[in-house]
Amino acid sequence: MAMNYNAKDEVDGGPPGAPGGAAKNRRPDNTAFKQQRLPAWQPILTAGTVLPTFFIIGLIFIPIGIGIFVTSNNIREIEIDYTGTEPSSPCNKCLSPDVTPCICTINFTLEQSFEGNVFMYYGLSNFYQNHRRYVKSRDDSQLNGDPSALLNPSKECEPYRRNEDKPIAPCGAIANSMFNDTLELFLISNDSAPYAIPLKKKGIAWWTDKNVKFRNPPGGENLEERFKGTTKPVNWLKPVYLLDSEKDNNGFINEDFIVWMRTAALPTFRKLYRLIERTEDLHPTLPAGRYYLNITYNYPVHSFDGRKRMILSTISWMGGKNPFLGIAYITIGSISFLLGVVLLVINHKYRNSGNTADITI
Amino acid sequence: MKEKELKQMTIPAQRLMARCAGEEKRVGTRTVFVGNHPVSETEAYPAQRFCDNRIVSSKYTLWNFLPKNLFEQFRRIANFYFLIIFLVQVTVDTPTSPVTSGLPLFFVITVTAIKQGYEDWLRHRADNEVNKSTVYIIENAKRVRKESEKIKVGDVVEVQADETFPCDLILLSSGTSDGTCYVTTASLDGESNCKTHYAVHDTIALCTAESIDTLRATIECEQPQPDLYKFVGRINIYSNSLEAVARSLGPENLLLKGATLKNTKKIYGVAVYTGMETKMALNYQGKSQKRSAVEKSINAFLIVYLFILLTKAAVCTTLKYVWQSNPYNDEPWYNQKTQKERETLKVLKMFTDFLSFMVLFNFIIPVSMYVTVEMQKFLGSFFISWDKDFYDEEINEGALVNTSDLNEELGQVDYVFTDKTGTLTENSMEFIECSIDGCKYNGVTEEVDGLSQTDGPLTHFDKADREELFLRALCLCHTVEMKTNDTVDGATESAEFTYVSSSPDEIALVKGAKKFGFTFLGTRNGHMRVENQRKEIEEYELLHTLHFDSVRRRMSVIVKTQIGEIYLFCKGADSAVFPRVPVDEIEPTKRHVEHSAMDGYRTLCVAFKKITPDDYEKINRQLVEVKLALQDREEKMEKVFDDIETNMNLIGATAVEDKLQDQAAETIDALHAAGLKVWVLTGDKMETAKSTCYACRLFQTGTELLELTTKSIEECERKEDRLHELLIEYRKKLLREFPKSTIRSHKKAWTDQEYGLIIDGSTLSLILNSSQDSSSNNYKSIFLQICMKCTAVLCCRMAPLQKAQIVRMVKNLKGSPITLSIGDGANDVSMILESHVGIGIKGKEGRQAARNSDYSVPKFKHLKKLLLAHGHLYYVRIAHLVQYFFYKNLCFILPQFLYQFFCGFSQQPLYDAAYLTMYNICFTSLPILAYSLLEQHINIDTLTSEPRLYMNISGNAMLQLGPFLYWTFLAAFEGTVFFFGTYFLFQTSSLEDNGKVYGNWTFGTIVFTVLVFTVTLKLALDTRFWTWINHFVIWGSLAFYVFFSFFWGGIIWPFLKQQRMYFVFAQMLSSVSTWLAIVFLIFISLFPEILLIVLKNVRRRSARRNLSCRRASDSLSARPSVRPLLLRTFSDESNML
Repeated sequence: MAMNYNAKDEVDGGPPGAPGGAAKNRRPDNTAFKQQRLPAWQPILTAGTVLPTFFIIGLIFIPIGIGIFVTSNNIREIEIDYTGTEPSSPCNKCLSPDVTPCICTINFTLEQSFEGNVFMYYGLSNFYQNHRRYVKSRDDSQLNGDPSALLNPSKECEPYRRNEDKPIAPCGAIANSMFNDTLELFLISNDSAPYAIPLKKKGIAWWTDKNVKFRNPPGGENLEERFKGTTKPVNWLKPVYLLDSEKDNNGFINEDFIVWMRTAALPTFRKLYRLIERTEDLHPTLPAGRYYLNITYNYPVHSFDGRKRMILSTISWMGGKNPFLGIAYITIGSISFLLGVVLLVINHKYRNSGNTADITI
Repeated sequence: MKEKELKQMTIPAQRLMARCAGEEKRVGTRTVFVGNHPVSETEAYPAQRFCDNRIVSSKYTLWNFLPKNLFEQFRRIANFYFLIIFLVQVTVDTPTSPVTSGLPLFFVITVTAIKQGYEDWLRHRADNEVNKSTVYIIENAKRVRKESEKIKVGDVVEVQADETFPCDLILLSSGTSDGTCYVTTASLDGESNCKTHYAVHDTIALCTAESIDTLRATIECEQPQPDLYKFVGRINIYSNSLEAVARSLGPENLLLKGATLKNTKKIYGVAVYTGMETKMALNYQGKSQKRSAVEKSINAFLIVYLFILLTKAAVCTTLKYVWQSNPYNDEPWYNQKTQKERETLKVLKMFTDFLSFMVLFNFIIPVSMYVTVEMQKFLGSFFISWDKDFYDEEINEGALVNTSDLNEELGQVDYVFTDKTGTLTENSMEFIECSIDGCKYNGVTEEVDGLSQTDGPLTHFDKADREELFLRALCLCHTVEMKTNDTVDGATESAEFTYVSSSPDEIALVKGAKKFGFTFLGTRNGHMRVENQRKEIEEYELLHTLHFDSVRRRMSVIVKTQIGEIYLFCKGADSAVFPRVPVDEIEPTKRHVEHSAMDGYRTLCVAFKKITPDDYEKINRQLVEVKLALQDREEKMEKVFDDIETNMNLIGATAVEDKLQDQAAETIDALHAAGLKVWVLTGDKMETAKSTCYACRLFQTGTELLELTTKSIEECERKEDRLHELLIEYRKKLLREFPKSTIRSHKKAWTDQEYGLIIDGSTLSLILNSSQDSSSNNYKSIFLQICMKCTAVLCCRMAPLQKAQIVRMVKNLKGSPITLSIGDGANDVSMILESHVGIGIKGKEGRQAARNSDYSVPKFKHLKKLLLAHGHLYYVRIAHLVQYFFYKNLCFILPQFLYQFFCGFSQQPLYDAAYLTMYNICFTSLPILAYSLLEQHINIDTLTSEPRLYMNISGNAMLQLGPFLYWTFLAAFEGTVFFFGTYFLFQTSSLEDNGKVYGNWTFGTIVFTVLVFTVTLKLALDTRFWTWINHFVIWGSLAFYVFFSFFWGGIIWPFLKQQRMYFVFAQMLSSVSTWLAIVFLIFISLFPEILLIVLKNVRRRSARRNLSCRRASDSLSARPSVRPLLLRTFSDESNML
């Protein structure tokens, strides 16, 4: 703004009728800036500079695209819908609210073995976690362990703020609607009893969420004590301090809870449920074969025409299965390359009949 | 009886006023009591109240500044819109907080208010200077010192030499015995000569304060009206007897405010019009805020975007309720409404939903655009005042920018209206050369004591005699008056005199004669005194002056020498003189005259004849007789003059240079080449103006002139019929010439026959106000058709308001062309104010024009760079800025709009609130500001040397529908790419190699990151002039965005209710897929732009090559055209008054 100040002097130095111009030399400064003659790079794109760029982009994008595409294709993924709306589905019985707890089992077969770490997701459809009323219905101070917010949750949590004159912890619609189906995976082997695949429930949330953003309220050793004076969310079966038996995965820092609290971007979404870590021996994590999924069916989605799925997926360096990026890169790379060729031809032609081109500057 | 007289007088006045179309009708008369003395107890006039003598040009006072300024500001659509949005945010539960739009709005309003307040303060200061100046008023026979603003109507005011009149005065008496005074109205109508004003006979003697106080009189006059040259009134003087003596008053009795008293010690006058009712003030038009065409485009775009916004909001609201009609969508178990929400009326809910959507999408019309535009204009205008090319050594000043709102308008000008005197010309004439008896003398390099011959025969016996005769003729044959400057230093008095004349030519001639040793010493008792080369004083008795008129084109004097010989000296245009001298004398002189005329000088021929006493007797009788004639006096005089001026002998010819301003011709050439139409509007005589127009190449040799002047019309009995005929005839001519002018391109029409139009003030008023019926409209439209076909138009004898009328007329033409007026005198003020852009020249005639202009420059030549370089650049810059702003905000908001389809139309913002607020203020504002201040898509030097480039942007080319749609589609394309690119990216279960999932804020942040990079890089692609500032700002903005995002997500902010962004950005960047997607999306968004640039560039290269070829050939062929090559002589145009 220094230049602003100077400028004011210049412009208003000679107000109408003001005398005394004689003494002051009003000759404008001959600086490059004021005379608009700053040294400048004036790029002119010519065919010579642009054509190689097109080729280079083509040459870079196509291999990247192919790499991504291949990687994505190598990812194994299986999706099992267990909503149970179809009468034939084993989970159909769980649609009626009377059966509690309802446990259903779905059989499936892995045609190919899943190698490396396998990730287990649950997926919901037609579930608007990104609805404005829903997204804002939380109190991050409470979740961060603020004692005052614990007992006096934010107004944003309405109508899940208080229940029977007690503050709800954790408050809000998001927490209230936390996914509470339990999924268990069993490998069926012919010679022995079904083998329960070990599911790891830690390490599924963002590290920063788990360690910084979410904190249990301070207080005594006993978690229940720390949550004293609060009540559980209306739809929950058990209070927040009973979410898990392990101490570092209980209360607000329960990872299932944290994962749920990160609202999804789209109405059809997946959330990480469990990790299946690869075993040390040479066996694949999930060998090909028959499996069954044991579901403790608590979460109602039928009322809003939603669907529930369980997804098993391996992960590459670029994440889950996603053909989009690979195809996109290959397409753009090819177009770029092609355009390079076309422009080369045009440029060549133009050079031959150069001067007849019409003038439009 | 008195009543009757009054009526008779007022009727013509009313008729006059009724004729002045567009002027406020002021009916009735006012009665002024001289000295505010009651005339008698018996006659009681109803007390009239008049306004005081305060001049107010300021807009605000301290008290009304805040409400008035706020009102004015909120009258702007945009500001009002943001106010509404802000109020909605305050009252309704909206997705974004009121701060996001309230803060920027407050900022904009404050900045604008400060700027306007400051400007008004300057005006107050200027007003005060005028209002507080001291004047002397005669009160109770005493001279009382007062402030100018205290003058009341009826006060007797004393004005001394070289003071300006503080209000409109009726002259009562001057120091002289004949009751005359000399006045120059330079600052009013631009005429710098002295005019004589008269006092009424009965008051001449009242030369002292005491005597003037005894005067008992009333003045009845019309109510104020703006015409400077009309005044009708009557003074009733009550001497000792109660019977009043009535004398009529005319414009010759009225001294106008703003005029200056010259050559008269002091005068007494009675104030009749004061303050804002003076003719000068009435000639100022109200200060209307000028809006540039770009601003109008902005408003148009704004309406389009407002429409888009409303459509979006309406679509979303409708779809929301369609979607919600499914009960499980409206209120699923996991997302229940509060009690309050359930109870709200559905209609009300829909309305608030609509408003919420508006708020959510309101960033599509960014408040920051106005801040940026204001800043760009404000800061950008400094480059004009900083430009050292506009610096003039003589006045030690550069350009001045009075308003920064119109910078870009300088690049859009279609019509240039220029004043002549002082603008095109220096307003100073110089004697260049003469031809005596067929020998040419170059006057410039000569010593005082003699002439040296430059060509022709060397020896001539009577050469010296002829030379002296010639110089005597120059000294005698004129109407120049001497003006002695009353310098304090008495010793130098003899040297301190100047010549005063209505015609600068005459002064130049007399000065020229002085250079050669013959000095005109003035007229004393009817004797002209001349000091000859031998320092002797010769006296000549001035017997008769045969005044100049434009039909005869010459003037003569008849003088008697000391020894009793009587001579007639005549000077005039060659065409007027040659037929009256012996044929054999003409040839050599004619050659010289033509040669001088080709050099662009104004030439005059000088002739003489000796008159025998007998002849003189006859002539004298004739002249006296004819001067007293009551009927057809003019015609009779003409005839007598004609008879007298015969059988003369040619002595020689003179050449006078009407000095054009430096590079005036080149400037006009450049303006023509840039496709501008240049009109000269002058109060000056037609002949003078015409010759100037030739000299500055407004009219070229091949230009065919169409004249619509009093001269060409008065030949006929019925003026209107003749006018009609002429109009029709000219139109036919032009339409024949340009049968398909609408189809033909600019360039083509250029090479054809060019037409110039000359019109004078009275004809113009005939056309504009001829009668109230439809024919006047018809005239006007025909006239306009003619005007539009002519490349150059000269309007002479214009009153200030007529100039404005012309400008207004052109302004309202089809397609509303942009007009620019340039002038230096107060007579140009009204046109400067009327036109889109007013430019003042800091001339010799005061600072009125410069003060009222939007920009002022020292010289006319500066117009070239101002328009071609500055105007062009400013236009390109601001046009790009505007388009870019709309573009980047559509890009910004479109993903948010699309997101509504995926979030149940719940008004969920896609981006975090910080991003929403900062996007326009921090992340993307500085690069475009730097661009809009520094961009030079074409070099300044190229712009000035290639005026043709100016045509590329004419007609607001960059803000037309085409470019606008291009930008809009580009934005729509990019916005769609951003959103759906990210959408498809999110179809996977995880983007990270550890299987963790991202939420909605990561989605928004990816879109936003791509957005910020794309719009910034898009600007980088458009930047053709990368200074270090551009580099710094563009890369700095991107770096700042990244830095800010890390910072914003790196801390649990205690004041935030939600920690949405906590580590979102960092987490996002830990994914390879995201990186790849961001790069890919940026690239694909810019791809069409890159492609377009490449294609354009190939074409531009070819154009440039052609251009350089052409330039090379031009420089070979067109070089000699710099010097005006005039094949016709000027002598036809030169004249005297």
